[in-house]
Amino acid sequence: MLRKSLPVLASLAAATLLSLAACGDSESSGGTAAASGNTIKVGVLHSLSGTMAISEVTVKNSELMAIDEINAAGGVLGKKLQPVVEDGASDWPTFAEKAQKLIRKDKVATVFGGWTSASRKAMLPVFERNKALLWYPVQYEGLESSPYIYYTGATTNQQIVPALDYLKEKGKKKIFLVGSDYVFPRTANKEIKAYAKANGMTILGEEYTPLGATEYSTLVNKVMQAKPDAVFNTLNGDSNVAFFKQLKSAGATASSLPVMSVSIAEEEVKGIGVDNVAGQLVAWNYYMTTPGKTNETFVKAFRAKYGADKVTSDPMEAGYNAVKLWAAAVQKAGTTEVEAVKKAAGGISLDLPEGKVTIDGANHHMYKTARIGVIQPDGTIKEVWDSGKPIAPDPYLKSYPWAAGLS
Amino acid sequence: MTARMRGPALFTAVALLVLVVAPAVLDPFRLGLLAKYLCFAIAALGIGLAWGQGGMLTLGQGVFFGLGGYSMAMYLKLHDAGPGNLPDFMVWSGVERLPLLWKPFTSPVFAIAAAVVVPAAAAALLGLLVFRQRVRGAYFAILSQALAAAFTIWLVGQQGLTGGTNGLTHFYDVFGRDPETDGAKRIFYFVVAVVLGALYLLARQLMKSRFGRLLVAVRDGEDRVRFLGYNPATVKTVAFAVSAAMAGIAGALYVPVVGIISPSLLGVVPSIELVVAVAIGGRFSLAGAALGGVLLNWAHTTFSEQYPSGWVYLQGLMFILVIMVAPGGVAGAARWAAEAIGRRRTGRGPSSVPEPAGPTHGQKEVAAP
Repeated sequence: MLRKSLPVLASLAAATLLSLAACGDSESSGGTAAASGNTIKVGVLHSLSGTMAISEVTVKNSELMAIDEINAAGGVLGKKLQPVVEDGASDWPTFAEKAQKLIRKDKVATVFGGWTSASRKAMLPVFERNKALLWYPVQYEGLESSPYIYYTGATTNQQIVPALDYLKEKGKKKIFLVGSDYVFPRTANKEIKAYAKANGMTILGEEYTPLGATEYSTLVNKVMQAKPDAVFNTLNGDSNVAFFKQLKSAGATASSLPVMSVSIAEEEVKGIGVDNVAGQLVAWNYYMTTPGKTNETFVKAFRAKYGADKVTSDPMEAGYNAVKLWAAAVQKAGTTEVEAVKKAAGGISLDLPEGKVTIDGANHHMYKTARIGVIQPDGTIKEVWDSGKPIAPDPYLKSYPWAAGLS
Repeated sequence: MTARMRGPALFTAVALLVLVVAPAVLDPFRLGLLAKYLCFAIAALGIGLAWGQGGMLTLGQGVFFGLGGYSMAMYLKLHDAGPGNLPDFMVWSGVERLPLLWKPFTSPVFAIAAAVVVPAAAAALLGLLVFRQRVRGAYFAILSQALAAAFTIWLVGQQGLTGGTNGLTHFYDVFGRDPETDGAKRIFYFVVAVVLGALYLLARQLMKSRFGRLLVAVRDGEDRVRFLGYNPATVKTVAFAVSAAMAGIAGALYVPVVGIISPSLLGVVPSIELVVAVAIGGRFSLAGAALGGVLLNWAHTTFSEQYPSGWVYLQGLMFILVIMVAPGGVAGAARWAAEAIGRRRTGRGPSSVPEPAGPTHGQKEVAAP
């Protein structure tokens, strides 16, 4: 037995040595601090492989574009930004590991990244413990406010609450909830139920399907039998394709059964097929069609860089904003040092593609304008309602009496 | 140095490398990663035992890894929340009272015991039901895979109980230490390394015992063993339970090292990845299996840092190459090379030492579907 395992042990030893050597090599190149020399390293951490890649790659692209724009204008504090791109691989523990790598080895000044709530929750302890900054660019379910995360997407009262207000205003009283089975839909639906209770709306049903599910005939039957005035849809990714197709074949149309979706943007409309979703409602803070000079420039630059057929969407814009807002905070602080940047960030206000965005220094969320849109037959989204002015972020819904028992 | 002494000498050399050289050379971040690889090596060691030695191709080892990991994580969550308080995810999932299942996990002793006993008991139960019915080969593999799939779906569905897709994360205090500090990372590393060494020695001792010979015999000719008057079901169940306990220990160690346990770590794909690691390392040797666990995960990190999206293809390529060119994996190839050199040096014929762990001649491969 010993003789037999001998060569094996030898190869085990050799492999360990090999990995040690490889690690030692990379050591010499990675030991520089974020702001030393003529560059500032920043981390970009999104899923470039796996189920989330289709969405996250576009955000990565817009973040890299923002970095390029800043560099073309002379950089930050006279130094060029150098992006370090890592792959979260649609796997939450990988996000935590790569975040550690960016902070501890690459010593980046900040990280832009994440999409799913699960990836953010996995990264949160890493950033809090290492006292490093994360800019998270996607709308989410609220009830969170980390001192080391800046949330450039919408929180609940800037997306879900306005969407519910819109449905209420249109007289949709009976709602059916459909969602993917993970944290965002479950928490969002908890909030929706509390809202409905206080606003005289009834929830006829609440159904969840696993992420990536494609069989919706049972669920669609349940929805059709319940005869709701509207469906509130928190399905994510591919599932939307199957859901909308089967809803359509069951005879529902955008006028007979409106569906309000909070995870379908321009990019997803392409994937679902515009025939299946034309006329349906969505809630975001930004559309490619949002008027304004800043957005025109943004869309033009994005298409020039990545292709004339590319679309821009809310999470992409929020990712782009994150880079610009961080750069403005660093410029104001005069350093990339985290605590100084945090101190400088509060109150910074920039004119961005969605309009004026202001950082709330207390809860690290943004003042954002809520917008309800209708999907057009050409795949763009037309705004039909907006909040008129940026809404103050309220991640814990403290200013809403109906939400008292939620957090 | 005599041949008898060389094995222990090499084991000592590897132990020195892992316990002295690695901590001295690596920075805390890389050391933390190595600790993670060693956790997978423990789980791979268990698969080496069940699959390589026992012929049970288990594609659901993630279940046992998860049972161990969640046991540990539940204790850490309760400890962080403090007595009387609910863990953070329960608060935002709308759970108002601590579920009954969680209550005993306030005790660290219970949690650590559960991390070993629960996976072993689950495997023993499954083994008794399945092996008695003489389910084996591909049927057992499919069954174990289905178990992994069902387990993850259940975990995701029970958000208030298990944290859903997020899993359990955000630990502030692991046995009195902040898990993100360099000192804590170092300690976790040593704990994992020592546990791996101890389990390796234990597994080797087990294989040298009469039970080990019986297990290999069951793998190579289950019916013959039955005709000799032994009960193969019992032998296989014990081996499977030991392998599950190892996966449970690996999971329990993984939680403080990496700081998260989630369903994405225990589903069908990670379970298969573990088996692929064992195949690449060499399933007929326990050290080979453990080596595979380290090697594959190290390659995973390194390549995904260089070529973010190329890793999946490379992994597939490695697996195909190993199956086609070196079915014994790295360990098998190394042994073959060592024997070839030995033959040339002594000018003798093929080694007279029998191959206790490899498949015997003339036997069909029972395990591979």
